[in-house]
Amino acid sequence: MTAPGSGLAGLPGSGLARGLAITLKTMTRPSVTRQYPDVKPDLPPRSRGVIALFEENCTVCMLCARECPDWCIYIDSHKEVVPAQEPGGRERTRNMLDRFAIDFALCMYCGICIEVCPFDALFWTPEFEYAEYDVGDLTHEKDRLRDWMWTVPAPPGVEASAEEPKELVTALKALEKLEKAASEGEAS
Amino acid sequence: MITALEVAARLVIVLLVFLTVPLLVGQMEHKAMAHMQGRLGPMYAGGFHGWAQLVADGIKFAQKESVVPKAADRRVFELAPFVALLPYLIVLVVIPVGPGQSASNLDMGLFVALAIVSVGIIGVLMAGWSSANKYALIGGVRAAAQLMAYELPLVLAAASAAMAAGTLSLGGIASAWTWWWLPWQGVAAAIFFVSGVAELRRPPFDMPYADSEIVFGPLTEYTGLRFALFLLAEYAGIVVVSALTVVLFLGGWRGPFAEHQLGWLWTLVKVLSLSFLVIWLRVAYPRLREDQLQKLAWTVLVPLALLQVVVTAVVRVATA
Repeated sequence: MTAPGSGLAGLPGSGLARGLAITLKTMTRPSVTRQYPDVKPDLPPRSRGVIALFEENCTVCMLCARECPDWCIYIDSHKEVVPAQEPGGRERTRNMLDRFAIDFALCMYCGICIEVCPFDALFWTPEFEYAEYDVGDLTHEKDRLRDWMWTVPAPPGVEASAEEPKELVTALKALEKLEKAASEGEAS
Repeated sequence: MITALEVAARLVIVLLVFLTVPLLVGQMEHKAMAHMQGRLGPMYAGGFHGWAQLVADGIKFAQKESVVPKAADRRVFELAPFVALLPYLIVLVVIPVGPGQSASNLDMGLFVALAIVSVGIIGVLMAGWSSANKYALIGGVRAAAQLMAYELPLVLAAASAAMAAGTLSLGGIASAWTWWWLPWQGVAAAIFFVSGVAELRRPPFDMPYADSEIVFGPLTEYTGLRFALFLLAEYAGIVVVSALTVVLFLGGWRGPFAEHQLGWLWTLVKVLSLSFLVIWLRVAYPRLREDQLQKLAWTVLVPLALLQVVVTAVVRVATA
């Protein structure tokens, strides 16, 4: 071992002196403690704090509720008739969300509902301060879940060497084509 | 001549010191121990770095129910905390804080101080016996064994200082102190301090309390204010042992300048430094086993103390 003072390790009492030295050194070093209620922890963006609902994206397809292993998602909805857009067109029906609630007393934070949502309506957020005094109060309704959307961090950026996202590539190609067509039109 | 008023004033000062300095040491223990362990310690009570934590603790203890076990020897049980605490208050009366500045300048100050400090252990024994609890009893007996073992080196070391100064008066010993006492009486100082810490049953000598094996030893059954009194006795004990070490071996009020005006300040600085050392030892070292504890006293401290007494005597005779 090449610890400081190891040259004196043979002397009687050197172990005692090292014990004292270590505690004194620790005392002079600043503590890394964060005082939680005053200083919020920096959680990584993908922390599984709570599940937020982006209500506008929800189509009441019920996939999340069906896939939930704990059956902790409650969804109520009704159908509404949307009048025809054009004269002579057909009336359409739409699902309207009445209630979307997650019982966080049952939820085991597996994230299957988020994985399974085809419309990007459910998100993880690092928010974790939603403790309640009563187990029943842990069932959070859609307005509370919608409010948590504001705490969802932006998705992490693409790596420097990665390919551009598909959507962006198609959009850029389309733009290029348009510009080409426009310049050819001017030339002729 | 000392008037009655002056005596009253001195006693009030002693009482104030008794009520504040142990709290200062307690707070230092909270903060120093926390930082030595990489923590922050109390940060909320009182606002600034938890300075009022011990006040808050005191209020909490005062609110708690005072439970006396059914099988306990009630009167002994209730009396024990006071027996443990009061000796330290009384000892403070004879400790000089400056040249000729002590509440009572007895010619046999050292003798009185050692005699009274030893009474504190009776409180722990009373607590251990009267609690009607096997853990308390084991702890109490361990405390008694510890006192037997460490009282001898403590007294021998103190005797060495008294021989070196040629007086039993605490003020006289501090006056006779010169810098070369440090090498000459250094071993005695270390023995006195270590034995003092052991008599206070402070970690690493806290086998009588050993909370991981016998709950909390003699204090197992205590709650509320009585428990707080035991804790206060521990901190008061640290102050008294540090103060006695300072007066006997570190020159008491001697300082780099203004010894007559600032003597009390030098005493306080030295006492607090030694109290810090007591806390530091607690954090750095694990608890000694019962046999190691006895072995340290009988095979190391007692022979060393006897040797120190011989050395002191030889030097005294040779330089006389």
